Amino acid sequence: MKTKKKFLTLTRKRSIAGFFFILPWLIGFLWFYARSLFMSVQFSLSDLTVNTGGGYSLEFVGLENYIYAFRVHASYKQVLTASIGNMLIDVPLITFFSLFMAMLLNQKFKGRTLVRAIFFLPVILNSGAIVDAMDLARSMMSGGITSASAEMAAEASGGVGIAYYIQMFSSLGIPQVLIEYVSGAVSRISDIVNASGVQIIIFIAALQSIPSSFYEVAKMEGATAYETFWKVTFPMVMPHIVTNVVYTVVDSFTNSEVVDLAYTTAFTDMNYGLSSVFSLCSTAITCLILVLVCGFIQKRTFYYN
Amino acid sequence: MSANAKAKAGKKTGAKSAKESFSGTSVIKGFTQDAQFVNDMTRWVGNLKKFVLAVFKWILIIGVSYVILGPVLGIISSSFFSNSDYYSPMVYLIPQEPTLERYKLAFQYLKYATTMKNSLIYSVTLMVIQVFICSMVGYGFARFNFPFKNVLFGCVVLMIVIPTNTIMLPLYMTFAKFDIFGIIKAVTGSAVNLLSTPIPMYIMTVFGCGLRSGLYIYIFNQFFRGLPKEIEEAALVDGCGIWYTYFRIMLINALPSVVTVAIFSLVWQYNDTFYAKLFLISDNIVISKKISTIEASISNVEKIYDPSILELYLDAGVVLVMIPVIIIYVLLQKQFIEGVERSGIVG
Repeated sequence: MKTKKKFLTLTRKRSIAGFFFILPWLIGFLWFYARSLFMSVQFSLSDLTVNTGGGYSLEFVGLENYIYAFRVHASYKQVLTASIGNMLIDVPLITFFSLFMAMLLNQKFKGRTLVRAIFFLPVILNSGAIVDAMDLARSMMSGGITSASAEMAAEASGGVGIAYYIQMFSSLGIPQVLIEYVSGAVSRISDIVNASGVQIIIFIAALQSIPSSFYEVAKMEGATAYETFWKVTFPMVMPHIVTNVVYTVVDSFTNSEVVDLAYTTAFTDMNYGLSSVFSLCSTAITCLILVLVCGFIQKRTFYYN
Repeated sequence: MSANAKAKAGKKTGAKSAKESFSGTSVIKGFTQDAQFVNDMTRWVGNLKKFVLAVFKWILIIGVSYVILGPVLGIISSSFFSNSDYYSPMVYLIPQEPTLERYKLAFQYLKYATTMKNSLIYSVTLMVIQVFICSMVGYGFARFNFPFKNVLFGCVVLMIVIPTNTIMLPLYMTFAKFDIFGIIKAVTGSAVNLLSTPIPMYIMTVFGCGLRSGLYIYIFNQFFRGLPKEIEEAALVDGCGIWYTYFRIMLINALPSVVTVAIFSLVWQYNDTFYAKLFLISDNIVISKKISTIEASISNVEKIYDPSILELYLDAGVVLVMIPVIIIYVLLQKQFIEGVERSGIVG
């Protein structure tokens, strides 16, 4: 046995060393993540009662919690659909907004560092309390968007307001869905801007990794800026769109109301089984969306390398 | 440059006067065929286009910056408002009778000095562990081959994608009755309750499952993969062991991503309220958690019942909490943004 160990090949030695490098994480993953996921599934299938000694006992009830969540619970379905709806609206908006801003910030101009620093500020200030206070401050400043919505509310004045334009567009025959989407996008602009800090940085890095010779060739061949964007820039940043979509979906799910609902169900109502159902179902749906969207984009993605 | 332009303009007028001796449509035709005139035209149109684009760009940049900075300025300005300022409809953003009253009380109720000290110690120690563990794991994934490597790396991605909220209950249960294969129970008679201490956070971080550890592992992995292999080969030839290579050579080379991960983890840990709430960590250690109770405690003790006046205290508290983050960010923002760009956050 000992002689065998002495003559380990270099590859075997290295693979053992590599295994030691990831060992802490592996233990943690099995201990906290894998075990917890298993326990979550277990909780969701049973009725959990906390014993006075600090432990808990499980009583297997089958799919009862799931049935309760989807057929009886007052608000879960609404909250879930609202969260997913918001996510589906936000993801394309955030992706395109950040791509656009990244292209803007990738140009050389005076004060670029400062502007980049400002754009990245929301990532730094994303604490719960700070965000709440900022939302309050935003509504107190009563400029821009807030007054726009106030204007919409005070439609009776009859002047040339936002409501007037919306009415005009709808009488022009532009589909209602589109109008609602655009006006919704405008009214949530601060959410979008605040959620796209990391994405902008990712896109800037992606843009910088495009060889400048590509642009030179396009210019020599007489491509316009518009053509250059669609034929050079867009295909080259396509792989990073996947990264950004994943990041955006996860981020918007983490901040959604479903999570709050699961939290209050567990720690205020002490209904652990139901809470597990809530989080598991919403996670499953999020993962499904991720797989679908990423698969969809990846099919159309061009990989340079 | 300007003289040159003037000369050109002179030439142009000269051409014009020469052409004026003809009459009617031939004059206009002559203009459009004059090479100098066409050249000037395209230059002017080009300049105008550039100018309009620049104006548009700056409107956009300033507008978006306002959306981001507006609320921050609002918080800062209203934290200086006195009561009369707040009730006066004439006051907007700039208080007439600025007061430091809000800061005084917020400072006192946050127990600012001690809480901030604890909070910083908590975040900085966790940050050091994060950088250490995550870089190690990222290096392991980037440079070594072992069985099931791809499956395991898939698990790292899974860690990023699955929100922590999904597993919060089991985590809570695990640390409420903490035990390692029944060893602690065998020794002391019962499992320990680690909740309401910061220990669970440390344990999870040491085992690479802390706040957004998956993302940091991913960043390090991408960065190490981008480093040339020759560095390590040179180290190996010179007789460096694997661990020595990692600590003294690879980690030094990975400085941009170390800076990125360090700032991310410091700031996010400092801002985190999710784990602090889940593990019931005392709000004397986590200042971001304490700030959410400041309104209630000031209202109870100082007998201030107007919620909008209480918000002014909250604003002052928020400014106090933001200060260290802003300082770190301003000092390191250049390295940070460059680090994010250069390190492997890009997939």
